[in-house]
Amino acid sequence: MIERLRMLGRAGLHILEVLGRSAIFVMHSLCGVPNFRKGGQLLMEQLFAVGVLSLPIIVVSGLFIGMVLSLQGYTILVKFAAEQSVGQMLSLSLVRELGPVVTALLFAGRAGSSLTAEIGLMKATEQLTSMEMLGVDPLRYVIAPRLLAGFICMPILMIIFNVVGIWGGYIVAVDWLDIYEGSFWANMQSATSFDEDVMNGIIKSIVFAFVISWIAVFQGYDAEPTSEGIGRATTKTVVYASLAVLGLDFILTAIMFGDF
Amino acid sequence: MADKIDNIIEIRNLCFRRGERVIFDNADFDIPRGKVTAIMGPSGCGKTTLLRLIGGQIKPDSGTILFDGQDLLSLTRKELYELRRTKMGMLFQSGALFTNLSVFENVAFPLREHTNLPEAMIRDIVLIKLQAVGLRGARDLMPNELSGGMNRRAALARTIAMDPEMIMYDEPFAGQDPIGMGVLTKLIRLLNQSLGLTNIVVSHDIHETASITDKIYVIAQGKVVGQGAPSRLMEDESELVQQFMKGLPDGPIAFHYPAQDYYDDMMGSVDS
Repeated sequence: MIERLRMLGRAGLHILEVLGRSAIFVMHSLCGVPNFRKGGQLLMEQLFAVGVLSLPIIVVSGLFIGMVLSLQGYTILVKFAAEQSVGQMLSLSLVRELGPVVTALLFAGRAGSSLTAEIGLMKATEQLTSMEMLGVDPLRYVIAPRLLAGFICMPILMIIFNVVGIWGGYIVAVDWLDIYEGSFWANMQSATSFDEDVMNGIIKSIVFAFVISWIAVFQGYDAEPTSEGIGRATTKTVVYASLAVLGLDFILTAIMFGDF
Repeated sequence: MADKIDNIIEIRNLCFRRGERVIFDNADFDIPRGKVTAIMGPSGCGKTTLLRLIGGQIKPDSGTILFDGQDLLSLTRKELYELRRTKMGMLFQSGALFTNLSVFENVAFPLREHTNLPEAMIRDIVLIKLQAVGLRGARDLMPNELSGGMNRRAALARTIAMDPEMIMYDEPFAGQDPIGMGVLTKLIRLLNQSLGLTNIVVSHDIHETASITDKIYVIAQGKVVGQGAPSRLMEDESELVQQFMKGLPDGPIAFHYPAQDYYDDMMGSVDS
């Protein structure tokens, strides 16, 4: 019994230690005066790697999710003769929940894992250490641009996901299922509030972006410098980031839309 | 004005453990300025760890490390980076070139980061450094297009780009063919003689290292077991030093990792 308690205590202390270390890590990465002349180019490179290269998966997923939502929504709503509300259902589902959450999960899988593997490999091949010995802080040179790129890209990717999703839903609802175009857009417009729905979705996305980028770069930097270590770190990024996104989504939804 | 200290690095009572394993147990080192000093010893004895301790990448459990009279352990993060930028360089065993940059850009990297020199001047400096290591013609190659020896030479050019006062070499001869080994040996000696750099070479290649060093430290079992000029160490009476310098399989350092009796082990049952 005592041994079990001891193990529990040790595990708790370990989690706290990792959390503390990762918080100091992020603080060191983001604090200090940024060098816009040199940092700007690094940030642009990461915006391309993290954001632009994630576009195909975001666009394709958004399109199909919008199409499926419209199709499923129609088959249910038609039973209640409420099929004209497909637009409303589509926009609220996408803007409030699916947009931020699915984009975050895809981002964790595509960009998060790639960030972890890249940083982990740099560590394993002593590139980070050699940078330190050249007097260049890898937290500022390698980590900070990747963190910032994650913050900036994800909300934009989420907006693109939503737009493409609505377009996909429109194709299915209006072009294939013959929903009246006027009521599709009018219901969507009247039911979706910019301040409450769109902005809350964007806030969720910013929170998810911070958490995913933080987990991804920290796991890479903290990875054991072996091939197994990098593999484990990459897996941890996807698992931890996905769980964090789903857990935080519930908390944020409760705060934003719950009647407490 | 006070005379400059003879030793660029003075380490006293160094203690460092990794888990339960003692790497250094009250070890002292003096690295003379402007000389080539070798740190030698069997694999896993803490040679590379010593370089990391001097570079401030890891901190000892106790003891002091003075660089140019400055206590490394009391430096802030910013001061430590400033020291690395201006005074010390390190050549890694793997070269550790940045894989996304060409050879030219790798050598130009510290210059671009730490100076505001015009592009034309950066180009000139990079070409001078690459010429020194014989890789001026390979400036446009990527690190994955270089052989192991070329990789290390390109990394050496990057290390000397900012003209540090001291360079640490981590196993520079490991995995090198005789030509690559000869080239690197010559380069280290040349850098020491022409620029007066202090060099610390970590290696277990006795003959190559002994040919270019002024002083050798032999470390084993957490302690300095021998030190002095290469010729003096060859005559050292310590069994440990003799075993290492002559490459003898039997001696104070056991060939076998600690294990149970061989007979008992072989006759023991297999757990199923």
